Amino acid sequence: METIDLRGVSCPTNFVKAKLALEDIETGTTVEFLLDDGEPVKNVPRSLKADGHKLLGLKENGGHYVLTLEKGED
Amino acid sequence: MADAKIDLKNLKAGGFIKERGKDLFTVRLRVPGGRMSVDRLSRIAAVAQKYGKGFVHLSVRQSIELININFSDFDAVVAELGEDQQKVASCGARVRVPTACGGCEYNPNGLVDTQKSALAVDEKLFGTDTGHHKFKVAFAGCPFDCPKSATNDVGFQGGVWPALDAAECISCGLCDKSCTVGALGMGEDGKPVFAADKCIYCGDCLKVCPTGAWKSAKEGYSVRIGGKWGRNPLVGTLYATFLPEERVVDFIGSVLAWYLEKAKGAGRVRIGDIILREGTASLLDHLRRDFADYVLERTILPQVIDTQLPLR
Repeated sequence: METIDLRGVSCPTNFVKAKLALEDIETGTTVEFLLDDGEPVKNVPRSLKADGHKLLGLKENGGHYVLTLEKGED
Repeated sequence: MADAKIDLKNLKAGGFIKERGKDLFTVRLRVPGGRMSVDRLSRIAAVAQKYGKGFVHLSVRQSIELININFSDFDAVVAELGEDQQKVASCGARVRVPTACGGCEYNPNGLVDTQKSALAVDEKLFGTDTGHHKFKVAFAGCPFDCPKSATNDVGFQGGVWPALDAAECISCGLCDKSCTVGALGMGEDGKPVFAADKCIYCGDCLKVCPTGAWKSAKEGYSVRIGGKWGRNPLVGTLYATFLPEERVVDFIGSVLAWYLEKAKGAGRVRIGDIILREGTASLLDHLRRDFADYVLERTILPQVIDTQLPLR
């Protein structure tokens, strides 16, 4: 599974980077994003959900979050 | 200027405000909720260019003010603005143009359609003579409350009552982490536990939930009454919760009726000061007649803010 590391990237740049990364990925593929605690983990998942991607899981992992999602329709 | 004809009807509703300089006035335009079409904006810019002196002012209550307008140009200004579409705003002892945040259409934080509410109030109640003092209304789409609703005579703040569909919860804990008022914690089963008495209806749990497990059980406005700012500020207090959007105009009408009656003979006094004098029970009882499902059991007096502290 592809992992996109968005740690250290602040809002809204992290969301825009996530969108750009998803452009190169096939619909239906599962990917993983690493997000900082705080604003990034509060904002990025819901923005990606609003963009039509399916959120599969979100787990804390040693100070950051791992978001798993399935890419939605383009 | 003796031959200049001025239609005094234009002045009656207010909105033409005397300036410092001889013959000069500010013409305050009506921009409910602060939203305006780009076409209107262009038209206003053209009128300002022609009759003003190069500037407009954006009022603190979201109106555009044409400044440095010569009074002899009033009729021309009104005609060229297209008065049927661009109304002049008000001043004095009247219901003012309601202010509002962007609301829920494009702002992801908005919980209710504040723009729609502001337009409805503007259409039905704008300019209503109170007989006593100005009467301000504001709409905030969520408890972030950018419009500072509690500093208005009647302030509306959108809210949502959350309900969990545990089957859709993935136990990520984000709602617990996002809840700034301590209304959520995580239970031993890994699902959030809701402390209803602490909830302020901000909907942060719904907004942050990655799976949509938190849903809206009901939505509407928290209504605070008796606020004002100025020399002797008061913060309005809570009278109703989850008032449906379609009841807003009638609710304000009911508050106004109480104010007009109780302020008889009091002169130029805002509703907050009338509540300080009358107590809260009378207003609660009055509102309960038509809004029993939403009005609180009890509330507290408007809160006095002494802005001169610590000098006193």
